[in-house]
Amino acid sequence: MNKFFTKNRDLTQKLGFSLLTLMTLMTILPIIATVIYIIVQGAPAISWTFISDFPREGMREGGIIPAIIGTFYLTLGTAIFSVPLGIAAAIYLSEYAPENKATRLIRLAIINLAGIPSVVYGLFGLGLFVLFLNFGTSILAASLTLSIMTLPVIISTTEEALRAVPQSFRTVSISLGGTRWQTIRKTVLPQALPGIITGVILGLERAAGETAPILFTGAAFFLPRLPHSPFDATMALPYHLFVISTQVPEMPIKIQYGTALVLLVFVIGMNALATFVRGRARAKRQW
Amino acid sequence: MQKDLNWREFLITRLIKFSGYSAIIFVSMIFFFLLKEGLPALSEVPLGDLFSTRWYPIESYYGILPLISGSILVTVGAGIIAVPFGIGVAIYLAEIAPRWLRNMLKPLVELLGGLPSVVLGFLGILILSPTLRVTLDLPTGLTALSGALLLGGIAIPTVVSISEDALDAVPKSYRDAALALGATRWQTIWRVTLPAARSGVLTAVMLGVGRSIGETMTVMMVTGNAPILAKGLGDLFSPVRTMTATIAAEMGEVANASTHYHVLFFIGLVLFLISLAVNMTASAIVFRQKKRAERVLS
Repeated sequence: MNKFFTKNRDLTQKLGFSLLTLMTLMTILPIIATVIYIIVQGAPAISWTFISDFPREGMREGGIIPAIIGTFYLTLGTAIFSVPLGIAAAIYLSEYAPENKATRLIRLAIINLAGIPSVVYGLFGLGLFVLFLNFGTSILAASLTLSIMTLPVIISTTEEALRAVPQSFRTVSISLGGTRWQTIRKTVLPQALPGIITGVILGLERAAGETAPILFTGAAFFLPRLPHSPFDATMALPYHLFVISTQVPEMPIKIQYGTALVLLVFVIGMNALATFVRGRARAKRQW
Repeated sequence: MQKDLNWREFLITRLIKFSGYSAIIFVSMIFFFLLKEGLPALSEVPLGDLFSTRWYPIESYYGILPLISGSILVTVGAGIIAVPFGIGVAIYLAEIAPRWLRNMLKPLVELLGGLPSVVLGFLGILILSPTLRVTLDLPTGLTALSGALLLGGIAIPTVVSISEDALDAVPKSYRDAALALGATRWQTIWRVTLPAARSGVLTAVMLGVGRSIGETMTVMMVTGNAPILAKGLGDLFSPVRTMTATIAAEMGEVANASTHYHVLFFIGLVLFLISLAVNMTASAIVFRQKKRAERVLS
């Protein structure tokens, strides 16, 4: 057997390469098909009414504006908490942290934070923000929950961007009399900015598409008006898609696909933006 | 002026250091709250009842074995799909595809990882489940198999992304040496490149599978949510219910601090510990590999 394969090793290689190519096609094609299918099925539902009106007739007619605005608020709220904290933590790891046990523990914590199931974040948010701190099911509680979930993504991508800035940039700044913080703020951060923005967008993209963490911390089944304060609950696109595809009987399929398409545009749009920022920065990089 | 500057520098340094430690604080807080709300379940439900096979909270049956078996079944199914496909695609991208194609395809695969799980669940309900029901002639398409297929799809990007990085990081000299000795590219991949990258690939598999256990919305939407004890891979064709789906489906309707509430937090605690174990092991593998690499290089 083995001899056969050794003799026919060119044939083996050909077969093997074909198999791997086939596997790649079987992975890639469904992704493309999925995206195209949702666009084709969802496009007829998209109209000005659909993206600017409230749901009517038990959500079977009208638009999805409260869900769109809600997802926007949640993403914004997540950004407010997780971006400063995440960037600061990354600065610590890249610029200050000594190589010791404590730092290794921080890194381990970040890895674990990234792996905790989203529904467990939901439980934590319920226990801490909704009940213990008494924020109620609210945009605030949901945003805080999503922030902690997003944190590891922002920390690791930002740290990578900071580390990519050549050491010589720091040396020059410090030799000119800059303090450590001045060096970071005026030299390292501006150079790493595109990388940081890319990481932040990717983190927020994940937050915008999540359902499980907001299920019991801030998402509302249906609201006849927009939220007025951070202490109000809100509708959100992913939760709305879940609701209309499982909880509402006789839901018109068109509206379901329309909602899926809007969510997809939201997420893919952010993804494309991140890719664009990264690509442009690479082209303009000074080192 | 100088003093002012020192003060600011001091304050900012402190703030940054505090932020740096925030990850530890959050993991501890999550653990603490799960313990606080989950451990009372152990005193309220006898251990024998908790680890029994009947989950029917309305009549106070809190056996979590069906949920654990459901999670395991769906995850194993997802692994059977995601491991060969994930590694296969990673090898194709890193070793076979020309550079331009790799640069085009890798973001596409990562896009799959970015698709909200609720969108995949939605398509699962509308397309995958009906198709499976008809082609396999099942009474319902909402089965563990639907969940496993979709979860496999969700895990693939993680496996591809990390394994591809690991394969890419294998020094070119390794391949050159193998090729110079007369090996074909195929032999080089299997006997040199892949073994050299094995710890990265193993990490990728662990993280991909870890992500499947924790996935919630997709499985809740497509697995049929029947808390029946799964005994083997044959149960892939019947409905199951996972730990994550149970929490997501029931937490909204329980009274605070009730037994049911505590049991759901206890399930959350089990999930947390599983993810902790998976991630600790994965990072231990990476750490050990790093040490070995340093030894080899020095």
